Amino acid sequence: MTNLRRTMMFVPGNHPAMIRDASIYASDSIMFDLEDAVSPFEKDSARLLVYHALKMVDYGEKELIVRINSLNSGFGFDDIEAMIAADVDVIRLPKTETAKDIKDVEEVIESYERKLGREVGSTKMMAAIESAKGTLNALEIAESSKRLIGIALGAEDYVTNMKTRRYPNGNELLFARSMIIHAARSVGIMAFDTIYTDLDNEEGFKAEVELIHQLGFDGKSIINPRQIKIVNEIYRPTKKEINHALDVINAIEEANEKKSGVIALNGKMIDKPIVERAKYVLSLANHS
Amino acid sequence: MMNKVKREIPEEVRGNNKLFAGVNTDCKVVQRAAPKVRPIKLGEEKLVASIEEVINKLNLCDNMTISFHHHFREGDYIINLVMDAIAKKGIKNLTIAPSSLTNVHAPLVHHIKTGVITNMTTSGLRGELGEAISNGVMKEPVRLRSHGGRARAIEAGDIKIDVAFLGVPSTDLYGNANGVKGKTICGSLGYAQMDAKYADQVVLLTDTILPYPNTPISIAQTDVDYIVKLDKIGDSEGIGIGATRFTTNPKELQIAELVKEVITKSVYFKNGFSFQTGTGGAALAVTRFLAEEMKNNSIKASFALGGITKPMLTLLEENLVDTILDVQDFDKEAAISLGQQERQIEISASYYADPHNKGAAVNQLDVVILSALEVDNQFNVNVMTGSDGVLRGAIGGHCDAANAKMTIISAPLVRGRIPTIVDRVNTVITPGESVDVIVTEIGIAINPKRRDLIASLSDQGIPIFTIDALQEKAYEITGTPKPIEYEDKVVALVEYRDGTLIDKVLQVKQ
Repeated sequence: MTNLRRTMMFVPGNHPAMIRDASIYASDSIMFDLEDAVSPFEKDSARLLVYHALKMVDYGEKELIVRINSLNSGFGFDDIEAMIAADVDVIRLPKTETAKDIKDVEEVIESYERKLGREVGSTKMMAAIESAKGTLNALEIAESSKRLIGIALGAEDYVTNMKTRRYPNGNELLFARSMIIHAARSVGIMAFDTIYTDLDNEEGFKAEVELIHQLGFDGKSIINPRQIKIVNEIYRPTKKEINHALDVINAIEEANEKKSGVIALNGKMIDKPIVERAKYVLSLANHS
Repeated sequence: MMNKVKREIPEEVRGNNKLFAGVNTDCKVVQRAAPKVRPIKLGEEKLVASIEEVINKLNLCDNMTISFHHHFREGDYIINLVMDAIAKKGIKNLTIAPSSLTNVHAPLVHHIKTGVITNMTTSGLRGELGEAISNGVMKEPVRLRSHGGRARAIEAGDIKIDVAFLGVPSTDLYGNANGVKGKTICGSLGYAQMDAKYADQVVLLTDTILPYPNTPISIAQTDVDYIVKLDKIGDSEGIGIGATRFTTNPKELQIAELVKEVITKSVYFKNGFSFQTGTGGAALAVTRFLAEEMKNNSIKASFALGGITKPMLTLLEENLVDTILDVQDFDKEAAISLGQQERQIEISASYYADPHNKGAAVNQLDVVILSALEVDNQFNVNVMTGSDGVLRGAIGGHCDAANAKMTIISAPLVRGRIPTIVDRVNTVITPGESVDVIVTEIGIAINPKRRDLIASLSDQGIPIFTIDALQEKAYEITGTPKPIEYEDKVVALVEYRDGTLIDKVLQVKQ
């Protein structure tokens, strides 16, 4: 598994062909949806389908995420048990509004980890923030569990809650995006942007990805494999960035060889964030 | 006795045909057939009032061979109109030799059942007709031929056409016809040109009569006996059905992207290269992706070949392709363009793909992209029978064009619950010997005999598998398919382009 999460591809949990084919596309992670994509009548069959896919299909290096139903929906507990039994990488919570939402689910996850003999803490979590309340609580949500790999904006429910709709320029999401990216960065986890539903508007999608890239998001939720290439191209580092990152890594290696405590490049000191940034840039370059 | 692709052809149905022994083996001097000609007298008129009247003038009788073309594809009215009229006359035991048949020709089943049609040769069989034949409706096996193979068979006299009924979008009253003017245009008449040249009697059926001389002259007055004017000969919209959709299917796009990678990273991708891409969503996407790469690398193709579609015209207009050699048009835009573009040249089926003439266009082809219903781990390709063993496809120019310098087969690893890469195809249409690269959504397999391609495409970021590994991956998803159950009766024989027998199709079990 890479440390990249540029593209998180939504796959409806009730669609066998899409579940099977998800393995062939170059998204960094796959998010099987048991929640909004699945009608209440199909919840059990979708859960079984995703369980078997996780057990049987070879998804290679991709990170596997499942969006579960909320605990109070009547399906959440069964979803968590099945996904832990299937060894899912990450459980994604929908409509997170408070730190308590996370802690409640974490408790259930931990109980199933013990019951099913999975290492406690090995199931990661991520939270989708989809309301005004969740947005204002972004920081407490981000801080609520060590299991959290990141927080994501779910814009469709958010704009409804805000009594607005989605606009091409995305101004209606600016506050939520800013809150989420700040909360994630202050805690040191990742931030993911919402889906873009107008599949045929390639230019609009590009503009939105450029915006979230500029804001600092780690990646975007996508709904069609056609969107993968566009995201990856926008996230591809420039030659200058790659060369600088290589210089940074070389300088570190040289310093390590010389056992020198202070590391400098072109007269500037290299500290930990610069090294991390360089590693991230090289990882992006390698996977572009 | 098995042929070279390990298929048994029962002796009792073999006739005079040899068994397939390799792609370039049956190549001897040929004596071309020639038609009988009834000279047109001074002052004689060719226009006849109706199909019924022309049948009388032709002295059409039992046991004759009649032919048609399929340039109108799913929009063809001619075959059904003519066959109905013939049936009404009580004529029986006919051999029909159309260049191909499509879904709209289901009414032929009735004429088979009533004994009007007793023999058939075609490139394609689909829908109800394909099902009926697979279920044994005909006593004699259908002879399946590629476009190049049909041209060869006509020139060699294997198909001796007594009467050709040719729908033409326009003609003058003396029989100069083309497919680019008129109410129902179809563009190239490349397949029909064979029938016009070699049939003893030629009837043109049209809905547009233009002043003499009607140009361009695709079919010439010197070959035409009669002309019948009808209200409508076909539906132009039907030409493009199933062929011209630009795919948004991510799996098809992924395959198209990989095909593009294979082409652009091969030694053939250089100035002056030539290609054929075919139809269908993935093929059209390949054309578009290829155009981008040609622009980026300042590469221009010398010619594009085969069935022509709108995306190909864009390449011509953008000067990325010098010339289009056009045997058939797959959409209205391509058909219109043939009448306007000087660099889009109409060619006959013989010029396109006949293996026994003095040099077909496919011999000059660098790269071809073809589709498949099934490919097996000997690289043999089936485009004719479905996973249920039923006839539901068309050979087209598949095995003809597959002799290009690099033949790429693009196909998904599985379709629904059915594997595409199998251990033995139901029906061999194109022998693995002429296939070089299989492209699926997860990666490619290269024919082991093409060591040069293996060397040049390795370490280029393209996932390469062995064909066995691809087959295993397909079976991992679908399980091992149960063998199809057949009866003993042979319902169709597959001729390779040189006239040798490459495979048979058996009647499916009920």
